[in-house]
Amino acid sequence: MQNNGNAAGERTKVDVAIIGAGVSGACIARQLSAYETEVALIEKEADVSFGVSKANSGIVHGGFHHSPKYLKTRLEIRGNLMYDRLQRELDFPFSRCGILVVALNDEEMKYIDHLYNQGLENGAIGIEMCSRERMFELEPKLERDCVGGLHAPGGGVIEPYRFVFSVVESAVKNGVQLLREFEVVKAERSGEKHIVHAADGRVVEARYVVNAAGLFADQVSEIFGAEEFQITPRKGEYYLLDRKTKSCPNRVLFPVPTKVSKGMLVIPTVEGTVLIGPTAEEIEDKTDLSTNADKLGQILDQARKMVPSVSQTDVIAAFSGLRPALLPEGDFYIDISEKTPNFIQVAGIQSPGLTAAPAIGEYVKDLLKKAGCRLTEKAHYDPFVTKLPRIRDFSPFEADDLLKKDAAYGNLICRCEKISEAEIVAAIHAGHTTLDGVKYFTRAQMGRCQGGFCSYKIIKLITRETGMKYDQITKNGRDSVVLTGRL
Amino acid sequence: MHERTYDVAVIGGGAAGMAAAVEVRRHGLSCAIVERENQLGGILMQCIHNGFGVQEFKQELSGPEFAEEFMDLVAEAGTDVFLNTTVDSIEESEHGKELFCYSRKDGVVKLNVQAVILAMGCRERNRGNIRTPGSRPAGVFTAGLAQRLVNVEGYIPGKNVVIVGSGDIGLIMARRMTWVGAKVHGVVEIQPYPAGLTRNIVQCLNDFEIPLYLSHVVSRIEGKNRVEKVTVSPLVNGIPDEDQSFELPCDTLLLSVGLVPENELSENAGVEISPVTSGAVVDSTMMTSAPGIFSCGNVLHVHDLADYAAEEARRTGAYAVAWLQNKRPARQLRIKAGANVRYVSPGMMNPELPDKLYLRTLVVKNNAQLVMKLNNNIVKEKKLSHVQPSEMVSIKLTKKDVENWNAESDSVLEVSVQ
Repeated sequence: MQNNGNAAGERTKVDVAIIGAGVSGACIARQLSAYETEVALIEKEADVSFGVSKANSGIVHGGFHHSPKYLKTRLEIRGNLMYDRLQRELDFPFSRCGILVVALNDEEMKYIDHLYNQGLENGAIGIEMCSRERMFELEPKLERDCVGGLHAPGGGVIEPYRFVFSVVESAVKNGVQLLREFEVVKAERSGEKHIVHAADGRVVEARYVVNAAGLFADQVSEIFGAEEFQITPRKGEYYLLDRKTKSCPNRVLFPVPTKVSKGMLVIPTVEGTVLIGPTAEEIEDKTDLSTNADKLGQILDQARKMVPSVSQTDVIAAFSGLRPALLPEGDFYIDISEKTPNFIQVAGIQSPGLTAAPAIGEYVKDLLKKAGCRLTEKAHYDPFVTKLPRIRDFSPFEADDLLKKDAAYGNLICRCEKISEAEIVAAIHAGHTTLDGVKYFTRAQMGRCQGGFCSYKIIKLITRETGMKYDQITKNGRDSVVLTGRL
Repeated sequence: MHERTYDVAVIGGGAAGMAAAVEVRRHGLSCAIVERENQLGGILMQCIHNGFGVQEFKQELSGPEFAEEFMDLVAEAGTDVFLNTTVDSIEESEHGKELFCYSRKDGVVKLNVQAVILAMGCRERNRGNIRTPGSRPAGVFTAGLAQRLVNVEGYIPGKNVVIVGSGDIGLIMARRMTWVGAKVHGVVEIQPYPAGLTRNIVQCLNDFEIPLYLSHVVSRIEGKNRVEKVTVSPLVNGIPDEDQSFELPCDTLLLSVGLVPENELSENAGVEISPVTSGAVVDSTMMTSAPGIFSCGNVLHVHDLADYAAEEARRTGAYAVAWLQNKRPARQLRIKAGANVRYVSPGMMNPELPDKLYLRTLVVKNNAQLVMKLNNNIVKEKKLSHVQPSEMVSIKLTKKDVENWNAESDSVLEVSVQ
């Protein structure tokens, strides 16, 4: 995923420009990369997936939470089914571990009944009502008060940012141009084209524009003179537990949902840590990713209602994510603009956006076709990315062979998550040259020491591999400089 | 896969690991040190301040000088050293134990050994562990990482610094950051007393007029890209008081909020871990619950001084040798942490071979009394002029101390501070 952005003043001419390289934009770009269509994927941050897509529950949903009347429900069901093939093609961490919804009293059990019927109506595969006994068989760590629940075996967990990285890598491999640190500030029409201007003077010319700008989709729509709507950031705070925790469930545990959200979950992440949360709080500032002291107690209380053994001492990190909610309905808004020609809106992609994203890619491809975009299949489309070995997946005997091929796998840089120099160098060569970029690509710095031991080694590898100077190394772009001086 | 055979493998080449290995070699057994960094010395190499070696070498040395003394001993003793090598796992084998090690130079190496001495040290607690709320900008470092950046890598992590925690590393970094031209705006300590040694409070804070806020916490971090300021709140009845909170502008926050023995490798090898110390549970010979695996230094419990870690490790080396010679204590007494004592290490003693004990108190007290009771009878008392949780207490038991103890095998020795 090399950064093949253009220089200031230079024009990139494409058929389709996609604004926003989160999970939706990435999946749309990859979908289009199968066709003889020039595509630019535009991202304002230093790396892809640095917005909404980096901080969420990482769930591939089970298809029972929402009513069939919503577009998001149909895309969730379709998207879920697409994940197995995507995993084979794109080599990202994904496990169909299943989902349980936990009822703690008879009142909640009635709601489980509703979810079950809704799931059936939606076509969720394998969904079952569970007695108390069945629940404990599926999850022995459950709170003793559990009276029953719902099991959706088709649900699972995924590393969301890693998924986006793989999808973009595949798209770029098939010809999509990725433009990072390209913040759209102005757009105008010139004949049949959109002229899209970045803050730094770069320009993209495109016949079609897809607005997949996440939290900022309302502002991008305004820049293009398209529909007026408002994206409300709804904050979700999470706590990450050490993989050593005794409270890791076998399946994703949901409480019975409330009106505003799916509630706070206990999530066995695909890489072995545990995530608890999220809260749901409407805020105003779209860049406010702070965490708050009063939320920890709430999150722990909620998690313990399902898994009583959850312990505060297992916490290794706290973070927040923002859902780009389109209120009041909260459905996805994916449609051809009625005000601005050749402009597709992909807005309000909150949960189950990650699950639905592959289906959003297909859906938007069809909308573009409907809008007149010519789509001819490529003769030589390659859906596969190169699989990168991960030393943590190898036994010492298997590792012996791997190290003979590439000795850098023997240099373990991140001890907590067991990540080698070879994997970090691969991340850097793929264009992830910030500390967070390396973290999301490899998991280095994501374990219990949170980078205390390895971040300086990663800084040295980035400078060695890219020629960047120490004061150009950032946590996640912009002015997030890590080191301020040299002795 | 390369294979090598030794009597003993020492994991970790810091003060404890080197001291243990030298002792093993002194008894004529073969020994290898496996060290993940590119040199021996461990964290000593970034501790360029003085204060090391007073016990071990009867002179005040810097960390690297202290390490070099031990490196010379390691070389003289003829100890094999595997640098840039990480032990991935310890497995039981027919003949003893197998250590699977990874390195860039040698690939996967299997060490076949009879005994293992764990000396991996500890890691720093971080922001997630103390759950400091706020945004997540660049500029938040653990104090030890900042120390490494400045003293070894030659980088300055920031210009305007606030330090959380008055542990020794935090205090020393307050002085170090001042020396490299940064402004240190304060050290914030949650406890009503400093966590570091008194001499460091004087030499690192008072001498530079750096304010120390006792019974305060950093209650919020702000800044979008880089840290811009922190909110400092006094604790009133254990809760941050918003009304009396104040802001300190800064671009850097250093965390010196405690150390945790790093025992993931030990746990995977089946070693039982104490929930109090986060170190291994060991008997009077420093042997863990896994026969043939010993533990010493900061991976066993966090020591105040490298000298203490080295002293403990030397004894551990000798105990590992004795175990290989099938010398086991005939009986061992369990030691119990009594009133005002957080832990005693090791948790057992051999009445035939009384040895040194280390303990930490739960209280700050002047003119305290150490009381040891065997089956509820006082068997030893000792005056302690001052105790506090951050200062480890050592007790040397002698043969004379224990001659009239009448210990049974199920006797319990309770150690209290009154």
